[in-house]
Amino acid sequence: MSLLEVHGLNSYYADSHILFDVGLHVERNEVVALIGRNGAGKSTTLKSLMGVVRPRSGQIVLDGVNVAGKASHAVAHAGMQLVHEDRRIFGSLNVEENLVLAGLTADNKWPLDRIYEMFPRLRERKGSRGTDLSGGEQQMLAIARALIRDPKIVLLDEPFEGLAPVIVRDLMKACRDLAAEGQTIVLVEQNLAATLALAQRVYIINNGHIVHEGRAADIKAQPEVLHRYLGV
Amino acid sequence: MINWPNFVSQLFNGLVLGALLALISSGLTIIYGTLGVLNLAHGAMFMLGGYAGYVAYTYTDSFILAVIAGSLFVMVAGVVMERVIIRHFYSRSDEDQLLVTFGIGIVMVEVVRFFFGSLSMNVPPPAALSGITSLGFMFYPTYRLALVGIIAVALLALFLVLYRTRIGMIVRAGIEDSVMVDSLGINVYRVFMVVFGIGAMAAGFAGIVNAPVVSLTPDMGDSILVQTFVVVVIGGVGSFPGAIIGGLIAGEIISITSMINPGYSYVMLFAAMTLVLVLRPHGLLGSQSRA
Repeated sequence: MSLLEVHGLNSYYADSHILFDVGLHVERNEVVALIGRNGAGKSTTLKSLMGVVRPRSGQIVLDGVNVAGKASHAVAHAGMQLVHEDRRIFGSLNVEENLVLAGLTADNKWPLDRIYEMFPRLRERKGSRGTDLSGGEQQMLAIARALIRDPKIVLLDEPFEGLAPVIVRDLMKACRDLAAEGQTIVLVEQNLAATLALAQRVYIINNGHIVHEGRAADIKAQPEVLHRYLGV
Repeated sequence: MINWPNFVSQLFNGLVLGALLALISSGLTIIYGTLGVLNLAHGAMFMLGGYAGYVAYTYTDSFILAVIAGSLFVMVAGVVMERVIIRHFYSRSDEDQLLVTFGIGIVMVEVVRFFFGSLSMNVPPPAALSGITSLGFMFYPTYRLALVGIIAVALLALFLVLYRTRIGMIVRAGIEDSVMVDSLGINVYRVFMVVFGIGAMAAGFAGIVNAPVVSLTPDMGDSILVQTFVVVVIGGVGSFPGAIIGGLIAGEIISITSMINPGYSYVMLFAAMTLVLVLRPHGLLGSQSRA
């Protein structure tokens, strides 16, 4: 049985139908990417999985538990974490408070030292308020805040967006290390090269429909698919 | 007539009123900052604290028990109000939230009027704090002086809860982004309940400790509600330090203006609010998170 199985997911923003019968599955220790054009429904899919957007219908089975329609805190307790596109760092709390807050209700949380080993920059800035961090540091903190809960699966929404290449390289390494340690990841990212380098399997979403699924290596070899759905 | 003793006396009156507004506004601002609900029943909660304390005082003759009873009663009333009614309105429009809290406030006022009538009630200050105190350059009612200290201690306690405890950390995070707090596995609706209880308790506490310097009437929360909204706007929505600074500014504006012409006290208060909104649209210490 897959770690995450999604069947017939339909989500709306008010009366606008955004996701149409989305279905996907993610195996344990797998890195899966969800790619598509802007507005295709990638972020909405992740938000629907996390319960930030409540889907109107469908099943989201995480490790045997159906979390569809549940509140975000319940989904978090089931073992899922979403790193939001806009990071959503608590600016009035310092780095360590952000991390402590994230781990407050976790059953098995990472020790802070493990977080700081993965992101040494956060140790240096642990007393700094969230608003005083650079974009790259905020992204590290957003990922660290998700990891401290030792989630079964992490959803990363555009983790490299708007960051300097050197920061992207560091974050890519962190993601690779995580994957090597067996962390299951669902990745949404516009940077196609980075995405295909990290992911083992790829779903393409277009206008709220999953239109293609395949191994990342195969997708690279299918430029007509990338051109048709992504325009690249 | 304006003279130096009158002016100093009015400064002290402004400090007392400002401290009171700071405490009430602290509750209002953390409720709005966290839940996003503008609680128009907050003035009625202030009134309810006074009446609940009055009842406790009538039966026990103890001012301390009256303060405890007034605060706890309004805290429980706030929690019940949040659990039974307010939580159904989190995803509703601002207009619906305003109407329902406005309605709850009216019900509270009329229930109190039903049981106690419209005539004013009085709670005397504790014997040790009654009378007047010489400050060297003027005499001032002892309880009013003590009231500043009592409210300062209450604000310090609220500060310690907000800035030195885990629940305070959750509340501050919730004021910024309650959705993210929920995503981190913290039941944000439970947080909302706690915040509503704390905010209500602050209003109830203010209602009973202020009771010895005013007459209790069912409508006493109306003017306080208007003033606390101005304080929240001046200080910045969701900002606890902003509520304190805004409260002190508003208290002095009302008090000093009243010395010259009481009819202009609200004019000056709203002029100050307008000035702040023009220069700092999110208030003196506010952020954009809930604006």
